[in-house]
Amino acid sequence: MAQMNLLHAINNALDIAMTENERAVCFGEDVGHFGGVFRATSGLQEKFGKLRCFNTPLVEQGVIGFANGLAAQGSVPIAEIQFADYIFPAFDQIVNESAKFRYRSGNEFDVGNLTIRTPYGGGIAGGLYHSQSPEAYFAHTPGLKVVVPRNPYQAKGLLLASIRDKNPVIFFEPKRLYRASVGEVPLEDYQLPLGKAEIVTPGSDITLLAWGAQMEIIEKAAEMAAADGISCEIIDLRTILPWDIETVVNSVTKTGRLVVSQEAPLTAGFASEIAATIQKECFLHLESPIARICGMDTPYPLSLEKEYVADHLKVYEAIKHSINY
Amino acid sequence: MNTDVYKESPVVHQPAFIDGHSVEIPILKVLQQDGTVYEGAELPEIDQESATKIYKTLAFHRVLDERMVASQRQGRLSFYMTALGEEAASVGGAAGLKPQDMIMAQYREQGALMYRGFSLENFMNQMFSNEKDLGKGRQMPIHYGSRELNYMTISSPLATQIPQATGYAYGQKLQGLDAVTICYFGEGAASEGDFHAGLNMAAVHRAPVIFFCRNNGYAISTPADEQYAGNGIASRGVGYGIKTIRIDGNDILAVLKATQDARTYALAENKPVLIEAMSYRLGAHSTSDDPSGYRTREEEAKWQAHDPILRMKNWMLANKWWDEAQETTLFDKLREEVLAAVKVAEKIDKPPVEDLITDVYDEPPTLLKAQLAELKVHIKKYPEAYPFTAGRIK
Repeated sequence: MAQMNLLHAINNALDIAMTENERAVCFGEDVGHFGGVFRATSGLQEKFGKLRCFNTPLVEQGVIGFANGLAAQGSVPIAEIQFADYIFPAFDQIVNESAKFRYRSGNEFDVGNLTIRTPYGGGIAGGLYHSQSPEAYFAHTPGLKVVVPRNPYQAKGLLLASIRDKNPVIFFEPKRLYRASVGEVPLEDYQLPLGKAEIVTPGSDITLLAWGAQMEIIEKAAEMAAADGISCEIIDLRTILPWDIETVVNSVTKTGRLVVSQEAPLTAGFASEIAATIQKECFLHLESPIARICGMDTPYPLSLEKEYVADHLKVYEAIKHSINY
Repeated sequence: MNTDVYKESPVVHQPAFIDGHSVEIPILKVLQQDGTVYEGAELPEIDQESATKIYKTLAFHRVLDERMVASQRQGRLSFYMTALGEEAASVGGAAGLKPQDMIMAQYREQGALMYRGFSLENFMNQMFSNEKDLGKGRQMPIHYGSRELNYMTISSPLATQIPQATGYAYGQKLQGLDAVTICYFGEGAASEGDFHAGLNMAAVHRAPVIFFCRNNGYAISTPADEQYAGNGIASRGVGYGIKTIRIDGNDILAVLKATQDARTYALAENKPVLIEAMSYRLGAHSTSDDPSGYRTREEEAKWQAHDPILRMKNWMLANKWWDEAQETTLFDKLREEVLAAVKVAEKIDKPPVEDLITDVYDEPPTLLKAQLAELKVHIKKYPEAYPFTAGRIK
């Protein structure tokens, strides 16, 4: 065990993956000698050489196109997109290529070895182009897996699982927590399961569901609710696609109430998908409408960020509203 | 830091703009239309056996294209794309490579797959989207692929294969394989951003990839002079620092020579090569297209006189490697075989309904399995609406 922040945990996972498999290759803009703008790939070029850890030209569609080819060839590409806000030039390569490679070829070819890492989310005074949470765009694309860790321990275990998974995975890293989130992380190799949510805190009155950096927010709201005598069951979804319906259904069947919170804007966000599924599966168990506490339907703001975000107070209000419905 | 470019530049004190067309690009021609070789022309490695294989592939290509367009017109096939008039580019390219080299094509390079030995049955099963299709009936006709033959499954989005080819070749290099990747695309696709991404990354990261541009004059209806204003696609290779050659794409010997040399160079130096093959799309873009709306018969007639297959035949006849009796026998046999294969493939069942959910992931997720189960219940309720699958549901 060692104290690690989320960046250290990711760096450690990459180190393990590249050590165990000489076909694992790490690349992206500024990923090489510099170690990435957040330093997630620090030291990897020195350790594994310039052929296996390198800078790419500044061309996101090229980074992912190149990664798709490498994966199809049997290498294990771990591609970094510097900010999730800049993933869109690569949208075609991800949505039309990575996601459909196996299906369209009848399994003659696949890019299952591909992992795309990208920092996402707000809370860093990044304004509209360094704060977005674009997971829902990709969750609408069969063939992809979408994973979001909430802390260093989760980040290492989920990233190693993503790299080894036989499907293309987009791994969204909560950059607000890169240095802010510190915890005990085993130095050895371990994996956490994809497609499996985690009940972080069991409770009985209401289910709170989130992923990534938003977990901190709902945990804080749950603490406030606890002071009011409300017992919250807190669930980290961890994998957005394919998501763990069973764990959420079981929880809501028990509690009868659900608040889903995401950083991304409300309309057509992944919280909406969860709400639709849970109202179908748990209709007769629901005691109140499912609440979605999300970003507003605007571009991500700068000076009014505090007002915009789905903070713990908004989640707390939603909990009380649901309980008193 | 690479500041060499500044150091090497001659210094001037009057503005001196370089003309956008100042790079002169010669075009390699080896074989004349009458079958004679240009004086002084350097021949590729070729003998009677390999030449015959190439020629038979070209003949198969011509016959398959003719018969499949006819089948489409008869309503038996939904869609087809010929490579009429530019068959030499794909067949010659494949012939200049080794079987272990990966071919990443655009969609009009079925000739390369034919050369590799994809069977007539495999072609038919793909086109008729039946249950024997390697692609499980998921893509429109002509989207072939074969792992066994190192021919990457075709994807409709244009130019996406270009940066992928760079990545594929980079992987071959990392493994130290005696293998390169060839990447085909048209001059229209070269306008996509992926073209820039793929060529630049290949040059920077030294990937052994052969970029093979078929400049056939048209992207559907848009002529090349509305696609770019520079000196073709080849001039861009120079800008990326890539070794580049322009060739007569209807000259099988020029295609073969350029590809053979490109392969040797790409492997020895771990660097990319760009080949621009000048040709003409004599056929329509696809069976859904009618070129009479955007070009003249005179223009087409001019290019018909440059038929690459006839050119090779003339050379074969001059070498006494081929004769008219063989020609007649071959074409008659091919036509018969293709017709018979159509009749077989169109009667083979569609894929089973279970194939709807396989290969989306390595294993179908729980939700997808539930969706399939729900669909089966629905199909059983309305079997007459789903005749291909209703009777086969277990």
